[in-house]
Amino acid sequence: MNNESKLDTVKGSAITKQKSMKVSASVSFMNKKKWKEAGLFTLFVGPVLLAFTLIVLIPFVTGIYYAFTDWNGITGTVKWVGLDNFTYLFSEDKQFQQSFMLTTKYTVVSIILTNVIGFGLALLVAQRLKTRNLLRTVFFMPNLIGGLILGFIWQFIFVKGFASIGELTGIPLFELAWLGDAETAFWGIVIVSLWQGAGYIMIIYIAALQNVPQELIEAARIDGANRFQILRHITMPLVAPAVTICLFLTTASSFKVFDANLSLTNGGPFKSTEMLALNIYTEAFVNNRYGIGEAKALIFFIVVAAITVIQVTISKKKEVES
Amino acid sequence: MGNRYTWKTSIVEILAILVGLVFLVPFYYVFSNSLKSFAEILTNTSALPKVLIFDNYVNAFEKLDFLLVFKNSLIITIASNIVLVIFCSMAAYMLVRTKKKISNIIFMTFVAAMIIPFQSIMIPLIKTAGNLGILNSIWGLVFMYLGFGSGMTIFLYHGFIKGIPLELEEAAIIDGCSRFGVFWRIVFPLLKSITVTIVILNSLWIWNDFLLPSLVLQDPELRTIPLATFFFFGQYTKQWDLALAALVIGIIPLLIFFFTMQKHIIQGITSGSIK
Repeated sequence: MNNESKLDTVKGSAITKQKSMKVSASVSFMNKKKWKEAGLFTLFVGPVLLAFTLIVLIPFVTGIYYAFTDWNGITGTVKWVGLDNFTYLFSEDKQFQQSFMLTTKYTVVSIILTNVIGFGLALLVAQRLKTRNLLRTVFFMPNLIGGLILGFIWQFIFVKGFASIGELTGIPLFELAWLGDAETAFWGIVIVSLWQGAGYIMIIYIAALQNVPQELIEAARIDGANRFQILRHITMPLVAPAVTICLFLTTASSFKVFDANLSLTNGGPFKSTEMLALNIYTEAFVNNRYGIGEAKALIFFIVVAAITVIQVTISKKKEVES
Repeated sequence: MGNRYTWKTSIVEILAILVGLVFLVPFYYVFSNSLKSFAEILTNTSALPKVLIFDNYVNAFEKLDFLLVFKNSLIITIASNIVLVIFCSMAAYMLVRTKKKISNIIFMTFVAAMIIPFQSIMIPLIKTAGNLGILNSIWGLVFMYLGFGSGMTIFLYHGFIKGIPLELEEAAIIDGCSRFGVFWRIVFPLLKSITVTIVILNSLWIWNDFLLPSLVLQDPELRTIPLATFFFFGQYTKQWDLALAALVIGIIPLLIFFFTMQKHIIQGITSGSIK
């Protein structure tokens, strides 16, 4: 069969005819093998690449284009408006600017608190406690539940639960109308994200703490170091790679917060807690201003990408050093 | 410190248990109030229920159409996992074993695209999906999850497959096994542990996802648990007796999943994040 096809190519091609039989035979054999390999490659990689291209790549690229248009999703005509959308966002759209600042503030607060509390919880359950396994489960459990349902749970806690605790204890903190005021509603979202995220971060820190060699700690103890010194000079440097991972995870997830924002406050009161993701969503699907929504989404992407690239670069550098 | 359980440790233990209780307080409020009458929720929020009322659950279960939305969530999660595991493991295998520039480019594109936030894709995606005719369909949504989940799934498989020695495959090829056969009979069974990690991470994401299904599935018949909860909460605002029972019903499948798979979940999250 192979011989026949070799002959076929020799007969069929005017160019190969001029060359010697031997060379043309090996070329066609190579081609056949190449085609077979390319076919297999397509068979294995093709399906997911197709889904990825249609679902992620094409919408992403067309989205960048739409950011420079007046697309509203209803009329068929899409007009190129240059940088108008961006000028509008930075000069007139106060809500967007406020959302941007709020999201930045939220991200900073939530990165610090989630990591501090997550690390604290990890240190707690790393002790030889009788209840350590149970506690680990308790701390991690909220993380399973999606942000949407968590937000609803806490809506009840803030509205009814806190009021009741305030009545019983008289502590003024619980007597506030938490979701009715911009400042406390902001902290409400932070609390929900801590309740959800701390357990997750704890799991990663526990894994890192388990890798710290006990001999080192024992040796330091014999040399007279106290608990705090051991934590500061032995444990902390050894779990540094985990810190990078956790910072990365919390930054990305905080900046993109949406579900808990929607279900807990829905941006209220008076749009004062509308984070960036919710602001983009509202612009696009409530106001139907797709072009401006896309411009916001593009800025959003650039910020997220910048954060990620910076973090990956730093962590790579650290890996090399250590 | 050694192995001794000192008084210092017992103080830490008490402290830790207190923190644990603080974490459980929201669950306590939701569970205990879901069993009270509406009037009792308003007057007696913090105490345990005086009389247990299960009507809330019966009502919420019916109004949520829970069996239907549970079935939808289950189909979407299982089907998405199947396509993600099959197609991404195949693709990752081929990308590792084909030492060409194109493999590298494709792999790097998948990895780089993991940065793109969903908000930067959703607006044109819904338009594209409309053109492809896959809006308002569970299978359309599954196809989208294949696209969105491919980056991380391929990334995790890729890293794992790189560590598998070639010798096994070479022997099988000499024995006359096809490339397809080599992958499914020899390589895929070796991927079991990373597949468990991938399935857990993807399941938690897809099961809890709200935004994408809310944009794709408009038909009430197709709603998933988060979607049904969202609309239920909107419709019965401040009717806490029904709303809380609905929240508990929504959480139960997750808790069952967690307590049966706890070890794998914790392991999966640890290995998934570190890679």
